[in-house]
Amino acid sequence: MTLALPEPAALAAAVSGRDRLALARALNLLDDRRSAARQCAAAFLDALPAEKLDNGGHLIGITGPPGAGKSSLTAALIQVWRRRGLKVAILAVDPSSPITGGALLGDRLRMHASGADREVFIRSLACRGEFGGLSAEVWPMSLAMLAAFDIVLVETVGVGQKEIDVSKMTDTTCFVAQPASGDSIQFLKAGIMEIPHVIVVNKEDIGMAARKTLSELKNTLRRQMDPEGWQVPALSASAALGSGIEQLADALNGHRDWLLARGQFNARRQRCQAEWLVKHLREEFGRYGIGLLGGEDALFATLAEAPRRSPIAEYEVLRARVIREIKAKG
Amino acid sequence: MTTPIKRDKPWLMRTYSGHSSAKASNELYRTNLSKGQTGLSVAFDLPTQTGYDADHPLARGEVGKVGVPICNIGDMAALFDQIPLGQMNTSMTINATAAWLLALYVATAERQGASPAQLQGTTQNDILKEYLSRGTYIFPPAPSVRLTTDIIAYTVKNIPKWNPTNICSYHLQEAGATPTQELAYALSTAIAVMDAVRDSGQIGADGFEQVVGRISFFVNAGIRFIEETCKMRAFGEMWNKLTQERYGAQSEEMRRFRYGVQVNSLGLTEAQPENNVQRIVLEMLGVSLSKKARARAIQLPAWNEALGLPRPWDQQWALRMQQVLVLETDLLEYGDIFDGSPVIAAKVKALVDGATAEMARVQEQGGMVQAIESGYVKRQLVTSHTERMRAIERGDLKIVGLNCFKETEESPLTGGKDSGIMKVDPRAEREQIERLNAFRAKRNNAEVKAALANLAETARSGANIMPASILCAHAGVTTGEWSQTLRDIFGEYRAPTGIDIPANDDARGARAVAIRTEVLKTGEAVGRPLRLLIGKPGLDGHSNGAEQIAVKGRDVGFEIVYEGIRLTPEQIAKAALEEGVHLIGLSVLSGSHVEMVEDVFNQLDKVGLKGLPVVIGGIIPENDAKMLKEKGIAAVYTPKDIDLNGIMVDILNLIRKAHDLKPVAAA
Repeated sequence: MTLALPEPAALAAAVSGRDRLALARALNLLDDRRSAARQCAAAFLDALPAEKLDNGGHLIGITGPPGAGKSSLTAALIQVWRRRGLKVAILAVDPSSPITGGALLGDRLRMHASGADREVFIRSLACRGEFGGLSAEVWPMSLAMLAAFDIVLVETVGVGQKEIDVSKMTDTTCFVAQPASGDSIQFLKAGIMEIPHVIVVNKEDIGMAARKTLSELKNTLRRQMDPEGWQVPALSASAALGSGIEQLADALNGHRDWLLARGQFNARRQRCQAEWLVKHLREEFGRYGIGLLGGEDALFATLAEAPRRSPIAEYEVLRARVIREIKAKG
Repeated sequence: MTTPIKRDKPWLMRTYSGHSSAKASNELYRTNLSKGQTGLSVAFDLPTQTGYDADHPLARGEVGKVGVPICNIGDMAALFDQIPLGQMNTSMTINATAAWLLALYVATAERQGASPAQLQGTTQNDILKEYLSRGTYIFPPAPSVRLTTDIIAYTVKNIPKWNPTNICSYHLQEAGATPTQELAYALSTAIAVMDAVRDSGQIGADGFEQVVGRISFFVNAGIRFIEETCKMRAFGEMWNKLTQERYGAQSEEMRRFRYGVQVNSLGLTEAQPENNVQRIVLEMLGVSLSKKARARAIQLPAWNEALGLPRPWDQQWALRMQQVLVLETDLLEYGDIFDGSPVIAAKVKALVDGATAEMARVQEQGGMVQAIESGYVKRQLVTSHTERMRAIERGDLKIVGLNCFKETEESPLTGGKDSGIMKVDPRAEREQIERLNAFRAKRNNAEVKAALANLAETARSGANIMPASILCAHAGVTTGEWSQTLRDIFGEYRAPTGIDIPANDDARGARAVAIRTEVLKTGEAVGRPLRLLIGKPGLDGHSNGAEQIAVKGRDVGFEIVYEGIRLTPEQIAKAALEEGVHLIGLSVLSGSHVEMVEDVFNQLDKVGLKGLPVVIGGIIPENDAKMLKEKGIAAVYTPKDIDLNGIMVDILNLIRKAHDLKPVAAA
């Protein structure tokens, strides 16, 4: 069969020119595991305009337990952002069947509000049983979307404590809490769960239970501080009634402004990429592999200083280093 | 000389019909009545059922297809021209827009000189089952239940002989429900509706028995007619108990389980379709043999329903089946022939026990509305239907002509020039739009505006919707305007698809594993996992096929994007692009497949996906299948294609072909 790969620079130009077909092709390319495609993907990412990837747009993660209403909240947020004139791309991660490897990607249905709007782009991803529930393609795909859209939102299904994994690869993480379910509060209190940047209790229309959950969350948060000094807002909203959504959008944007004002925005993006690289290495080589590169802390320190490079190209460099070390030891 | 035998009064005999235009349907109704039909059963087209005028973009290809288009009072008057509504008994299969069609019916009767109190008939008006099957819902559950409640409260007070709601177990069976599930979910729906009426405060406690007495059911009868007989007896027992215990109905008369029937369509086959005649007759026995649990009204499908739209002759044949049973046999001469049978009593008890347990599970979740919103009920139905499909596929469930005794002589019934089905006049849509425009041009716009403002105010205030709707009908409001006004206030809804069920044993079977291996290998060859988009364009909500293909696809390793029913071709093309799918599978059962395919291809072209393989499934006559293939459809599947694994291999090979890979033969 023929392997028709796009010309990376032309594709990157078309994506940043907001060509929807080009973006779709770019996402297909970033999903492509064949080695020629990987090289092409690396070249494509390197050709994307640096300013958009470093400081542009807003990459948001939304997570929470199943049934909390993440998708309907996302649909409501899309409406608000569209009214504000922002163009929105969504990466929706669904679990795949551990038995068959197949997957039902149902988030589009739940976000149906987007209708035929050409300024909304939704790509579903099956997590394919890897990467702690967060599909390895999420980070590179987020970058491609950031080149073309103002807001890129990654929705992941959260299971127990792992639900916050996405927070390491986004500018701002929003946790959707289920009213009357104490799990998330327990995880927060115990410090098992990483603290998100914004917490929202959905379904405020059900009344008492939602108010109670909100006040418990606020109490818990008062005793915990984001290590960087960001005061985590806890809000309530209702996707069903459309209430509290504007405030939620404001809170998310507030965190972005805070990062920008402190000059940390670009550093955070770089940290996200480092997290992706380290996680990827750990998946492939385990802690042993990370150890060969001097351990996690050293690796993060090096990556923080490293010049910007596409994640795929950077990964190949690191990967080659690990293999070299293994061979040297062997 | 023998004394004349006393016979029971026969049930109402109807034929579910309507097509093309009000005028053509009116002619059909009058012919059917002259042939001895004793009531009418109106089939509306999908735009009317989902609240769109004939000129709405979503209505394209659907006008007059599965029923009659009714856009305004002009159409309604033409539909019942020379049919005195004061004397007729009319059943209307209408749900989301039931309040509107009833308003048009009342207004038309008033113009004929009949008063509402004289009217007799039924509005189906069971929106909850639309979320589970059939899919002609518009609004979210809460406002939908409110509209249902308004119709009940209004008719109990003003049209006392009307059956305001027909709680449907019919469509649950079509969606795969077992008899136990039918009983449980229909009765749970009845509880949700009656609780809502009670809580609305529109009817005082002293009048509530009247409400109980007006609730009727619309039931399905399948081929296992002994079990179906028992199901009907179980319904009667459970309803009697429920209405007495939960709603305190004293009068036995008011607690009687009243129901109409359309026998099963799910089991009718496209293969050797003449066998459907036996099936239909046997199914009729299940709802007529037991006097205690006999139907009040029966409508039978035509033998060729799985092929396309029935012709007048096919409908006449269906009516004659009933007439032979009623007039020639001795059925109506006896009391209940099952009373005292321990076999029947034991089966009834098993059904009652099973249904009672399932009803308790629904109540634990907060009731039927909550169990629908969470996707629970739909998942149960999809699971049952999946099991049924797999049993047919394996040959454990025998269906003559379909999975056994498949050899057949050529049928003279389908050999004619029309291939044995009716074709809707392709001009029907254009002519309906012309009539609609002419109607709009003639009406008093100020009056229309005022009537709509009053409707909006009523919808917001929570007052009963019926009087405002009848005003709209007289003012010349259209179906699309009435619905849009309520859409703006109530919002629209997407129901859970229910396909998120666990993989069953077949997914671990040798054949599925073999196919999965090839799917994964092909995914590696083309670079990424294979993705299918299952799309249901148009207004048709019959989603069994799409759901089964989605579940099967997942089980053989495809990544499936399925957005549920009622998508525009533009949305389908958009999803195909954004999701990077390798193939699109369309499902259309409304007969509008040609228009839908043209539109989907145009939209794919527009977004730059020309050449993406597209297959289609549905009730598609052979000639149309040929035409679709000429237009570029890669494969056409119809109800006789029961080998879902085979379809998966087919789809896989189409994807392989598109990537210049050789076909595989995953056995």
